[in-house]
Amino acid sequence: MAVSGLLGLRLERRANASRAMLLVTPPLAVLLTVLSGAVLFAALGFDPVKALMSYFVAPISTRYGIGELAVKATPLAMIGIGLALGFRGNVWNIGAEGQLTLGAICAGGLALAFHGQEGPWLLPLMMLAGAAGGLAYGAIPAWLRTRFNANEILTSLMLTYVGTLLLSYLVTGPWKDPDGFNFPESRLFNDAALLPIILDGTRMHLGAPLALLAVVVGWVIVARTLIGFQIKVVGLTPIAAGYAGFSQARTIWFTLLLSGGLAGLAGAIEVAGPIGQLQPSISPGYGFTAIIVAFLGRLHPVGVLLAALLMALSYLGGEHAQIELGLPLALTGVFQGMLLFFLLASDFLVHYRLRRVAPPGVRAARGRVGEARRRWTSFP
Amino acid sequence: MRINRRRFTQLSLAAAATPAAFAIGGKARAADPLKIGFVYVGPIGDHGWTYQHDQGRLAVEEEFGDQVETSFVENVSEGADAERVINQLATTGHGLIFTTSFGFMNPTLKVAKRHPDVRFEHATGYKRADNLATYAARFYEGRTVSGILAAHVTKTNTIGYIASFPIPEVVRGIGAFTVAARRINPDLQVKVVWVNSWYDPGKEADAAKALIDQGADVLLQHTDSPAPVQVAEERGVKCVGQASDMSRFGPTAHMTAVVDDWAPYYKERVKLALDGGWSATDTWGGLASGMVKLSPFNGNLPAEAISDAEAAIAAIESGERHAFDGPVRDQSGTVRVPEGEHLSDEGLLGMDWYVEGVQGKLPG
Repeated sequence: MAVSGLLGLRLERRANASRAMLLVTPPLAVLLTVLSGAVLFAALGFDPVKALMSYFVAPISTRYGIGELAVKATPLAMIGIGLALGFRGNVWNIGAEGQLTLGAICAGGLALAFHGQEGPWLLPLMMLAGAAGGLAYGAIPAWLRTRFNANEILTSLMLTYVGTLLLSYLVTGPWKDPDGFNFPESRLFNDAALLPIILDGTRMHLGAPLALLAVVVGWVIVARTLIGFQIKVVGLTPIAAGYAGFSQARTIWFTLLLSGGLAGLAGAIEVAGPIGQLQPSISPGYGFTAIIVAFLGRLHPVGVLLAALLMALSYLGGEHAQIELGLPLALTGVFQGMLLFFLLASDFLVHYRLRRVAPPGVRAARGRVGEARRRWTSFP
Repeated sequence: MRINRRRFTQLSLAAAATPAAFAIGGKARAADPLKIGFVYVGPIGDHGWTYQHDQGRLAVEEEFGDQVETSFVENVSEGADAERVINQLATTGHGLIFTTSFGFMNPTLKVAKRHPDVRFEHATGYKRADNLATYAARFYEGRTVSGILAAHVTKTNTIGYIASFPIPEVVRGIGAFTVAARRINPDLQVKVVWVNSWYDPGKEADAAKALIDQGADVLLQHTDSPAPVQVAEERGVKCVGQASDMSRFGPTAHMTAVVDDWAPYYKERVKLALDGGWSATDTWGGLASGMVKLSPFNGNLPAEAISDAEAAIAAIESGERHAFDGPVRDQSGTVRVPEGEHLSDEGLLGMDWYVEGVQGKLPG
């Protein structure tokens, strides 16, 4: 600890992290981000209040804007819920983007297969197919992990590229729009294969309540079910979980299938919602952004919902600030970066504290005393 | 005082004391300026596609001064986000909106239907409406000229072609290049690598290296970053830049670049919008219209290569030569374009076949 010694400070883990503080840190991080944003805007020569309004308020000051917030937050919340459950149990599904893509392929494939002979049964079937596709794609890393102990971070991430290339093959090949001048996209889905709009004059579609439903189901699993408890125990102390007879393999299967299924459903919602066709890119990285959303939301379903709304707003705000004020796109990234930085920093300070340390000689003596005391008082 | 991009441009104009700018500024009407929006698929700093569109936007600002006010959104993904961005421009008082990537076609059409009073222009698409015009450039004419240069300088008779997506525009470019090159050097072969991206410097550089390792000594690219030019310079092979003059990334390697010049078109369309003569047209301009240009030829090229290239430019501009003058054969040797004819615009727009001399199979 040479550096901290020089500064006369040392990091020490707090015995008990305050629960209240843990709840306060996310809003605190948002507040700090807004304040730093104001300073940043002022430094760039903009009126900070006006710029912040343009970034955080103006995008959702219209009915259409509210709808857009829901459109953008829907996939983030839905995927984030599944990922958060896995992360609680130390199951690191990084490949939600690929599972989303497979869901989009399965749902879109049905819409194309029944083009011209749709019925009211098609849309529910597409949603089921999307979830099943994502679930099956999530099953691959689960099987590789439980059978061969292959790291699911790597396998799920690499399968993402396989998924996007499969989609690219389908839209440049067999599923290409026959009247589309050989451009790589499918034909537009008919209305019966599109999610109904639930708020007139906007793009808010039936996917938004489905995402809310996912939040509720996620909360029930976390708070009210045995499997939710098992995931938590496996994540916190795998050894204790082993003594309790909780299966780690079961946790891996459950969380990867669930997060894969939710990501697949999100993919189905995207193609049947705002996009309305299959094309080479379905998602601007929702599967990856949802990882941030899960952590920003404290791995809690309600937190995930709030985090998804906040992230969605930061994208909308970035676009709005570009149009209204000519602010650079990089600002969106800066805001998201600051938000995470402040969240992690305040988290860290809740769990650790900085302590002023005495000069080396005194410290050595104190250290020996402390060590002796710890040895007598600590339970192995 | 607020310094935004627009004011910055005005300030720099004032600093440059361009008399023309003042003259136009003086003519500005009392009416509100026309707000013009641009939607970009990449970053304005890509040195390729988006960069050139943004140069066009800046040219519009310079030309029309206070009569216009421009804004843009960069890096807009071609999915659900595009419609929101276009709609946001339409609802914030923009009277003319340019959407500059193929993937924006359906979103632009949707928003155009919702806002009949706003004029839209979509680049490289084929769907039009009363308030939705389309425009594109015949880049393949520039590829013909690149083919002539490549045929003169290659020693291995192997050309590497870094391609983005297997859409007609890219397939057409590969075809035009190969046809022109093999007219001069019938042994020449073209190897294509698809990187499935318009802008990915890492992948583009990897593709460039792989092609050079397979014997290519001239690189072509239909992707937007200067990474292949840098690789060509490092490895001592020749290359052709994309969209903008990329010679500073490879002073020795860079033979020329096929440059997209959107400025004249954008200025013309803005003028029509200001004067009330705008209508939803379909424009497909090439070398003759100045929408496609070749950047200055590298001084290290053989004199014969340069004179052949210049002759080809003149012949294409005058309409005497077409990039796909028959006979053109496909990979199986079947004549697709008979002697004495050339490929029609319809054939060009839906082109989904490789000409003879291209190796491998077209994806899809």
